[in-house]
Amino acid sequence: MNKFEYVNASSVKSATEQLQSDGSVRIKAGGIDILDELKERTINPKRLVNIKTVGGLKEIKEVKDSLHIGTLVTLSELASNKQVKTLFPALAEAALGAATPQIRNVATIGGNICQRPRCWYYRSEEFSCLKKGGNECHAHLGDNRFHAIFGNDKCAMVHPSATAVALVALQAKLKIEDTKGHRIVEIDNFFVKPEENAKAENILKPTEIITEVILAKPAVGSRNFYIKLKEKQSFDWPMADVAVAMEMAGGVCKAARVVLGAAAPVPWRAVAVEKALVGKKVDASVAEEVSRLAIEGAKPMSHNGYKLKVFETIVARALSVVASGDFSSKEGF
Amino acid sequence: MAIKIVVNGQDLEVSVSPMKRLLDVLRQDCYLTGTKEGCGEGECGACSVLVDGEVINSCLVPVCQVEGSEIVTVEGLAENGKLVPVQEAFIKYGAAQCGICIPGMLMAAQALLDSKELSKQTPTRYEIREAIAGNLCRCTGYMKIVDAIEAAALSTLEKK
Ligand SMILES: Cc1cc2nc3c(=O)[nH]c(=O)nc-3n(C[C@H](O)[C@H](O)[C@H](O)COP(=O)(O)OP(=O)(O)OC[C@H]3O[C@@H](n4cnc5c(N)ncnc54)[C@H](O)[C@@H]3O)c2cc1C
Ligand code: FES
Ligand code: FES
Repeated sequence: MNKFEYVNASSVKSATEQLQSDGSVRIKAGGIDILDELKERTINPKRLVNIKTVGGLKEIKEVKDSLHIGTLVTLSELASNKQVKTLFPALAEAALGAATPQIRNVATIGGNICQRPRCWYYRSEEFSCLKKGGNECHAHLGDNRFHAIFGNDKCAMVHPSATAVALVALQAKLKIEDTKGHRIVEIDNFFVKPEENAKAENILKPTEIITEVILAKPAVGSRNFYIKLKEKQSFDWPMADVAVAMEMAGGVCKAARVVLGAAAPVPWRAVAVEKALVGKKVDASVAEEVSRLAIEGAKPMSHNGYKLKVFETIVARALSVVASGDFSSKEGF
Repeated sequence: MAIKIVVNGQDLEVSVSPMKRLLDVLRQDCYLTGTKEGCGEGECGACSVLVDGEVINSCLVPVCQVEGSEIVTVEGLAENGKLVPVQEAFIKYGAAQCGICIPGMLMAAQALLDSKELSKQTPTRYEIREAIAGNLCRCTGYMKIVDAIEAAALSTLEKK
């Protein structure tokens, strides 16, 4: 770890005032990810601003027809919050399924969305990849068993955030602040593909921080859920995960969002599945039929072809669960 | 930098670099070597301690982040030399072999027993497994650990 200054921020204003457009000052929330980056020297900031000390960012508030989740709400709090569990089981499940109880007690939602890729070539000091200003993605010719099957031409990382998968399905909005004020960004416009900017995973400027995640309460007849498949039962990063949000009337799907995680450098919408669902009465056999469209356009690499079948399977499962509304039997997923 | 923390009920002031891992502060500056290091990356849970009642990995937390907090390590579980129910149960059920994971297991188990939702009923075996999902054990195969936590939960509830 190189030397840097450490400052506790007392307010959003005092935090944003310290940020620099050259990216030399970085934000720390729970610190789980950024401390790893400091240790691996993937970043070398001259100052770290701790926002855990900022008041007012730790609450989950109901404002009219929306839920406003402060950026410092931890994954444990998300997973156990009654309103989140009832209205947005996809988000509660995504938070509950991420990492371990110890980590969930510290990790924040804002930090989870903004965490950097876990790609072993990116994390290793020994490899200079596209994300670190190098000129190739080592996953293409290397060990790519956990890498992307979609959008992987340039950089084959998979976006690491579980909550992001759910938030894209739920069409969240993010409140982003800097010294001049704030902007509200739809989550569909937040994540960026490597083709647009290989060095970052989202549109945040070095001078901005996320302060809230905003979720509109689902319309009557809507349901949502999240499923993750991992190698190790106890805890693990996902091999594949999926969030589904469906609006239904009389059992017929009116609109759907189906979002795949660990599939691409951004949370990946399975648009063909979404379209095919509309107008259908979704049951297990329809779920299975449309799930095959989930891998349309996939370009698996040398070691990750297994993901095709895995995605078909978990998409079918998630659709069945959402259509039936029976969220109880998650043991064994 | 002088940092104030409360460890096992004692007010302490440690003079260390603010980025020093809580794990190292506990072991090197507080001489509490019950807390172990396995992986140093949040994977094994050997370094688990309670911070303001919540179980966390002390290898992932710089000490400045817990300034003013109450920390409980495995040394702080027993009161006046009397073991708490989870400790008793781990002994009774033979839930330890080499023992390196046990301090962390005990802290994760204690956090489960302390949690509000479980004050009226004992946790299911599934809930116990979830509670120790962040604690790896290479020796026991987990069954005896789960048995011990289940028994400890029952005896804790009976006392309430
Ligand atoms: C063993 C292990 C297993 C894990 N498994 C999973 C898993 O299965 N699924 C999963 O999703 N995650 C997993 N994680 C990752 C973990 O959930 C994230 O590292 C954590 O959520 C990051 O949150 P934090 O608050 O600690 O962020 P920090 O480390 O504090 O910050 C992370 C990044 O976000 C930036 N940032 C933080 N807050 C803001 C903000 N408000 N505005 C702008 N930028 C901000 C920081 O500058 C930094 O770059 C795992 C981690 C470990 C160690
Ligand atoms: S040493 Fe902290 S989790 Fe392994
Ligand atoms: S008893 Fe040896 S690792 Fe658990």
